[in-house]
Amino acid sequence: MTTTPRKPRLRVGPLASTALIAPVLDVDAVLDDRTTRIIVCCGSGGVGKTTTSAALALRAAERGRHVIVLTIDPARRLAQSMGIEALDNTPRPVVGLEGDQGGRLDAMMLDMKRTFDEVVESQANPEKARQILDNPFYIALSSSFAGTQEYMAMEKLGQLHRDARRTGGADLIVVDTPPSRSALDFLDAPERLSSFLDGRFIRLLTAPARGPARFMTAGLGVVTNALNRILGTQVLRDMQTFVAALDTLFGGFRQRAQQTFELLQAEGTAFLVVAAPEPDALREAAYFVERLTEDEMPLAGLVVNRATQPPESDLDADEALAAMARLTRHGTGTLTAGLLRLHADRSRMVERERLLRERFAAAHPGVPTAVVPALATDVHDLDGLRQVGALLAEG
Amino acid sequence: MPPTNAPDWPRVQLHVVTGKGGTGKSTIAAALALALASHGRNVLLCEVEGRQGIARMFDVDPLPYAERRIATGLTGPDGRAGSVYALHIDPESALLEYLSMYYKLGRAGRALDRFGVVEFATTIAPGVRDVLLTGKVYEAAKRNRRNKDAIHYDSVVLDAPPTGRIAQFLNVNNELAGLAKMGPIKSQADTVMTLFRSPRTVVHLATVLEEMPVQETTDGIADLRAARLPVGGIVVNLVRPRDLSTEELTAAREGRLDRARIEADLLAANVELLPGLVDGLAAEAHDHAERRALEDSQRALVEELGLPTYELPRLAGGVDLGGLYQLAALLREQGMA
Repeated sequence: MTTTPRKPRLRVGPLASTALIAPVLDVDAVLDDRTTRIIVCCGSGGVGKTTTSAALALRAAERGRHVIVLTIDPARRLAQSMGIEALDNTPRPVVGLEGDQGGRLDAMMLDMKRTFDEVVESQANPEKARQILDNPFYIALSSSFAGTQEYMAMEKLGQLHRDARRTGGADLIVVDTPPSRSALDFLDAPERLSSFLDGRFIRLLTAPARGPARFMTAGLGVVTNALNRILGTQVLRDMQTFVAALDTLFGGFRQRAQQTFELLQAEGTAFLVVAAPEPDALREAAYFVERLTEDEMPLAGLVVNRATQPPESDLDADEALAAMARLTRHGTGTLTAGLLRLHADRSRMVERERLLRERFAAAHPGVPTAVVPALATDVHDLDGLRQVGALLAEG
Repeated sequence: MPPTNAPDWPRVQLHVVTGKGGTGKSTIAAALALALASHGRNVLLCEVEGRQGIARMFDVDPLPYAERRIATGLTGPDGRAGSVYALHIDPESALLEYLSMYYKLGRAGRALDRFGVVEFATTIAPGVRDVLLTGKVYEAAKRNRRNKDAIHYDSVVLDAPPTGRIAQFLNVNNELAGLAKMGPIKSQADTVMTLFRSPRTVVHLATVLEEMPVQETTDGIADLRAARLPVGGIVVNLVRPRDLSTEELTAAREGRLDRARIEADLLAANVELLPGLVDGLAAEAHDHAERRALEDSQRALVEELGLPTYELPRLAGGVDLGGLYQLAALLREQGMA
């Protein structure tokens, strides 16, 4: 992947506005760099992560790479156009690539429950696996646990990566991440699941099965009593069975989680934080950037989608509004007044977005950034993705 | 929808607001709470996703697990305002409160926490977590004789999880079904469902006039109906300014705008005719007209859903506290509150 040239440390005064401009993200350099093996797109919901991932994957493939894109929840028509509406948890070739660079694109949509089931099946003997798969707690955990989707996306990424290494297939995996409720969920998911499985409560539930329960204090009675009252005995029993069954798999889970984490930290991974020019989305993006840096995850840059296009004429917004007011007062020129208002509106939005980006850059200097203008229509075919890819590359 | 003075949801006590990410559901929930809080009424605005979005929007300190008065509502026609209170509901606190309230579990409650049970219950079993979150909302909405010191709310607005998850979130019964077929947590879920399915609750959906959010709204409505949850109105957010007439839009799209007239108007309004100005304005109008056409096609789809619809403009300067009151006034004008 590309290494961002270290910027010389400047003394920045309040007027040194150059420090506020983020370096431009060179998307093609990231895609063309053969050592980039994994690209992870993360960001809050509704900022166009899925489209960005798919567009990057298509562009990389048309530039000659063999790419797999793992999407989480693509819009129906986009999924159709890529031929991945069928959820079978396996990458399928996308047809209709352009160019003669010899690249290839496979796409798949994550099936969270199935991925989890497969992990269980690969870790336990058939009898034990069945016992777990049928347990109501497992069903709840695997289909709606906050964090399961994040964890399974990372698990699937690990699998795809191992397969690619083994078979010499894909040389780039682009992964979309779920719209986490919190920016941290997806990085924390593996750790959360394994620390949860290692938690005190789990040990408490499984303790009797582990022989002498000497360390159990009088607390146990209080706790099981309370649980019985709140949840009822049936729930408690299911819970115990579940935990006992899962306990045997625990080592395997932890190890896999650790491997995935290391894979993300490795050289060939590039994280792209995706945002929209809105305070909330940029705040989440800031979180990601800080967190990735903290965890020594390789951050490649920031993509700001849905940017308002700069107005075509540079008439000042205030002047436009003043002129509009004069026309309205005279009761003439409603068309021109409307045009002036539109112009002022757009100038203001562009100005506001610029300020937001500047503040981001000031707080997180040196993060290469690509700004992608808002498209007039939704993207639901390869042509649309190609267009987004080109805009990304323009930065 | 024509402006009306009679609010559309007079009997509703609990307004649930959902929407796809990026459609501004939290903004709308906040504006709705302000709009409802007039005429001396008390409104509680709840959030359940741990984002502290309310604190940011209203520019107050991060909210604890306690009701705080955060703003004066929108002044009503009688010149009186009400109050907006806010509550940040997190599952851990809700569980501990639930334990102490219903089971008088002082010591045992703490023991549960110490043994990681609280973490277990709130992370592993999403059904349990949602029962706790919705249970607290229920408690605030149905607050009565049992707790004399507590504030009585005329309405409660819930800034709920996004559209993709809303039916699952509110349908706590169903979520729990696999886990608890009987027992106290199950009966708690039943009670909560009774309120959610009653005419005192509505679920409003926020959207923007783009393909994916509109599609998701349609799907969300189907999910809610399948779960027998009451669907309320649709709030169309971030609508572009509508200063140009249909004819003007068509002309702009086809590049037939009357340039001579625009030039004359600009001169009359004392605007210096810099080179490229008229061309630039025409190009901007063309772009705008294209987007408006797309908005109109999505608006037609929203209308087909046959629900009360409210529209809020995109505020060019972004939404600050003043902007929230502006949006609240627009919601009231359109009869949402």
